Amino acid sequence: MARSVWKGPFVDAYVLKKAEKAREAGRNDVIKIWSRRSTILPQFVGLTFGVYNGKKHIPVNVSEDMIGQKFGEYAPTRTYYGHAADKKAKRK
Amino acid sequence: MARIAGVNIPTGKRIPIALTYIHGIGPSTAEQICEAVGVDTAQRVNELSDADVMKIREHIDQNFTVEGELRREVQMNIKRMMDMGSYRGLRHRRNLPVRGQRTHTNARTRKGPAKPIAGKKK
Repeated sequence: MARSVWKGPFVDAYVLKKAEKAREAGRNDVIKIWSRRSTILPQFVGLTFGVYNGKKHIPVNVSEDMIGQKFGEYAPTRTYYGHAADKKAKRK
Repeated sequence: MARIAGVNIPTGKRIPIALTYIHGIGPSTAEQICEAVGVDTAQRVNELSDADVMKIREHIDQNFTVEGELRREVQMNIKRMMDMGSYRGLRHRRNLPVRGQRTHTNARTRKGPAKPIAGKKK
């Protein structure tokens, strides 16, 4: 079920604080965040976030299209390179 | 023969049914169109007057995206998601289910016919 509109978008407070600080500083450093559940807000556009995937911070350059989605959508948590071809099967 | 929204030529069927042959118009939209234009839904397409056909055509042109344009729009949306590097785009790229369905079994619509994994049997 979708979130009620009257609650407004959910963002962890520390993400907002960090983003604001980065805005003021003007330098475009990677802002490390762990909050994958936070919504991407319009004021985040242009900033670069390092979204934690459980192991590393994945740099995500926020563009206008991303508004409304969650940060977690841009930092995949699974590694999967497909199944290696079975050697036994090949011999037959 | 009636041509509505480009290539579609539905014939001896009831109008709301015939309209659903257009890509982008389902049963519910078709009913809405009939109501808005003021056509009797029991009528067949070949019983329609030219004026009514014109009216339906105009109504669709003004209010709905159909056929090629709709297909293009959908493709663009998918492409946008892929370019953004979002999770949904990723699933589209891999040809896997996008909306969180299981892939352990099933998901054959997206994955295509099952590929046998050889081995095991002696």
